[in-house]
Amino acid sequence: MTTARDDILNRIRRANGGIDRKNAPTSHPVPARALGDHAVLVGRFIDMAREAAAGISRVNHRSDIPMAISAFLAAENLAGEIRISPDPRLETLPWESAPDLSVSAGRARADDPVSVTPAFAGIAETGTLMVHSGPDTPNTLHFLPETHIALLSTEAIVGGYEDAWARLRARFERLPRSVTLITGPSRSSDIERKVQIGVHGPRRLHIVLIDGEEI
Amino acid sequence: MRSTSDRFPENAARALGDPTLRAALSRLQQDTRVGRPAILDRLPEFNAIRDAASDIRTHGLDHLDVHLEIFERNVQENGGHVHWCRTGDDACAAIHEICRARGAKLIVKGKSMVSEEIALNDYLLAQDLEVVETDLGEYILQLRGETPSHVVMPAIHLTQDGVSQTFRDHHDDLDAGRDLDEARNLTDEARDKLRGKFLAADIGITGANFLVAETGTAVIVTNEGNGDLTQTLPPVHIVLASIEKIIPTITDALSLIRVLARSATGQEITCYTTFATGPRRDGDLDGPEEFHVVLLDNGRADLLGGEFRDILRCIRCGACQSVCPVYGAIGGHAYGWVYGGPIGAVLTPAFIGLEGARDLPEASSLCGACADVCPVKIPIPDLLRRWRRRSHGQKLSPPRARWGLALWAWFASRPELYRPAARIAMAILHWAGGRQGRLHRLPFARGWTVSRDFPAPEGGTFMDQWRAK
Amino acid sequence: MTPVSTHPASPTVGLFVTCLVDLFRPSVGFASVALLEAAGCRIVVPPAQTCCGQPAYNAGASETAAELARNVIVSFENCDYVVAPSGSCAAMIRLHYPRLFRDDPQMKFRADAVSRKCWELVSFLVDEMHFEGLLNDFDGDVTYHDGCSGLRELGIRDQPRDLMGKIAGLDLRELSAPDVCCGFGGAFCVKYPQISQAMADNKIDDITATGADTVLAGDLGCLMQIAGRLQRRGSPVRVRHIAEVLAGMTDHPAIGETKES
Ligand code: SF4
Repeated sequence: MTTARDDILNRIRRANGGIDRKNAPTSHPVPARALGDHAVLVGRFIDMAREAAAGISRVNHRSDIPMAISAFLAAENLAGEIRISPDPRLETLPWESAPDLSVSAGRARADDPVSVTPAFAGIAETGTLMVHSGPDTPNTLHFLPETHIALLSTEAIVGGYEDAWARLRARFERLPRSVTLITGPSRSSDIERKVQIGVHGPRRLHIVLIDGEEI
Repeated sequence: MRSTSDRFPENAARALGDPTLRAALSRLQQDTRVGRPAILDRLPEFNAIRDAASDIRTHGLDHLDVHLEIFERNVQENGGHVHWCRTGDDACAAIHEICRARGAKLIVKGKSMVSEEIALNDYLLAQDLEVVETDLGEYILQLRGETPSHVVMPAIHLTQDGVSQTFRDHHDDLDAGRDLDEARNLTDEARDKLRGKFLAADIGITGANFLVAETGTAVIVTNEGNGDLTQTLPPVHIVLASIEKIIPTITDALSLIRVLARSATGQEITCYTTFATGPRRDGDLDGPEEFHVVLLDNGRADLLGGEFRDILRCIRCGACQSVCPVYGAIGGHAYGWVYGGPIGAVLTPAFIGLEGARDLPEASSLCGACADVCPVKIPIPDLLRRWRRRSHGQKLSPPRARWGLALWAWFASRPELYRPAARIAMAILHWAGGRQGRLHRLPFARGWTVSRDFPAPEGGTFMDQWRAK
Repeated sequence: MTPVSTHPASPTVGLFVTCLVDLFRPSVGFASVALLEAAGCRIVVPPAQTCCGQPAYNAGASETAAELARNVIVSFENCDYVVAPSGSCAAMIRLHYPRLFRDDPQMKFRADAVSRKCWELVSFLVDEMHFEGLLNDFDGDVTYHDGCSGLRELGIRDQPRDLMGKIAGLDLRELSAPDVCCGFGGAFCVKYPQISQAMADNKIDDITATGADTVLAGDLGCLMQIAGRLQRRGSPVRVRHIAEVLAGMTDHPAIGETKES
């Protein structure tokens, strides 16, 4: 008896047998807006991310991150209870500089209101963040809490999607289990085409941009 | 899914008589008219990327067998499982078996048109499993017992009032005083209801927008984040996808992503585009323990070998639906099966047989708006003509129409008979048009005069007058 | 496929009058002749022409369509150009004729030749003859509907607007959706009259909203659909083929009207 697999593959081979198989496309055009020098791309990233309803604060040093988070949460009238990625870069931030924050690290739990994660890259083309799963960056933190705060170094801002993937390939030998391009907070327009920000994923996406310094 | 495509004329008549539906559809068409050019204006390279997108899909199909095997190997190497299924029933059974092995009770689902195609929910519910749709639109439809009427905007046929009534009818614990007059509140109500389901679910089922061969990755795009919760929280993630979703590389996916959301919803990109490769890795604190890909054929390998091959390039963006004036008049349900609009008019006869869907390829003015917007350049009007050719060849069209056409052709290919006959016919019509110059009723052309006057001929044919000059 | 671009100073144009113009509105044929002559063409009207075969082609009756196409090909082979006052018939000849003879290399060759020299009237005048208009005038507010085949299959959009812009007194008020189908679609409009009516109503609402007193288009099929529905709804808006206005031949009654009506 032929298996379903063989049957399907055989029928595909038969269907493709007589045809003149087209070669892989030689080019994948990249939009001009994904190109430009770094300063231009940083500006474009900020504009596009804001357009997608993400918030942005800029800091000069990684040591300023806790204060920036604290200020953002206060401005939004949110409690200072944050769940951070168990990533050494985040765990070593000077959290004591923002005493109103209560910080714990790990995967997201059902009622964690705010997550703080690193973003692997920022993509200027559409103001998009690239995040990925891993022991230091549990994926639930990107989707479950109502507020997601992403930390991004301007050094990690690139032009187009391809550039972010190139960085990812350079960094990891094996593709992380899950890679997500995040553009703004979650939304739906399923009811009468009216855009509602905040559905199952985060209601708020806030990006803390660190100028010229790694997270 | 059971089809009512054989009752298309009745379905369409009902839709045309539904003012709520008409209002919803005209809002969609209006938004599309404004939104599409606005978003494309910002991407001058759109047409070049669209050409590449079309080539990527063509290349993928031309080498589908090769890429499927590469995909399978990569999924397995990453610790996932691939289930090959010839039919919808096979796919339902494969999914049920995965659930059974886990002793699963609760399943959350992301949006998947393929699951509609194979009636997966009905199958699983019949096995005493609880299945919950998590896309907001799909969730509303599940409560109402309806099917999607658009491939990316499933509940486009509903109004806000309709949705709030649905929640009042189905959410037993709903406080009578709760204000559901705003779309915002409705969204929150659904979010609250579904949170618990995500957290308690044993299995998450998603579709896939693309399957990437080189990495064994399933790509899904969503706006709501439901797809990501579905594939991250439950211990098992099942991807249900049809075989033609295969593309060779991640780079190919990126080109397709550039045209997908712009065509589908007029966004630059959706909020979430996730590339999922296998189950949770060593050291991971979250993510599914099992990763399954259920690969469905359901007739596609056969389509590949025939004159409808081009339709397999489709990336289900729904642009052809949003722009189609026929869809805009009657909506998706009138088409009577899973896929409405132009894409449905091509696919439905292939899936359920031309006899039961004969009207669908006919019910088009062949205006070509669909082909104009299709991001993978599927020549939809040509494909519709191919179905018409089959209908004609199999004598499925009504005898009266066939006879009318034959009679016309008989005369038209005999100018020496055509001219005098035309002269007489036009003289009669001209006379019948009388002082008004038009006819309100024409016994042999009721199809015209039910809703239109018939402009009478000016009198005398051009050919006669030209000769007389 | 790009049509031939070099032409004799005074080319011989075979007028493919189209069955609807022949039968229902001969004046459009005469307007076409006047325009083509003014642009420097010599006109012949092959007497054996009838229908381009599109109704059969779109009904899936390819053999019948091929039979009718053969008649057109044979009748027009000797002309420098084939010109039709219809985007839909011209697109049939230009794009679809070659496909009808895939299995008949000899006819395919002849179909290709005719296909290459086939044009829709207004685009022919502008793109090929560089016609500047007749310097005539027209007193009225008009709006213009883009027929689907002409627009999407032949790329006709600016040409009619160019020539309308040269007519003194003509005030063009664009539709909000000039490129959306009017619901004619050949046999579609009688097979699915209610859907067709809904589409016509959208078009007519759009026409009415412009406040124009005359609606123009380049295809008699669309025009009969639009006129039929406008008049059933009791609208006074007049309906004419664009060639009539371009040729300054608007003394005779508009479509679906008489001198008395
Ligand atoms: S046929 Fe083209 S436009 Fe229609 S859904 Fe498929 S990809 Fe989109």
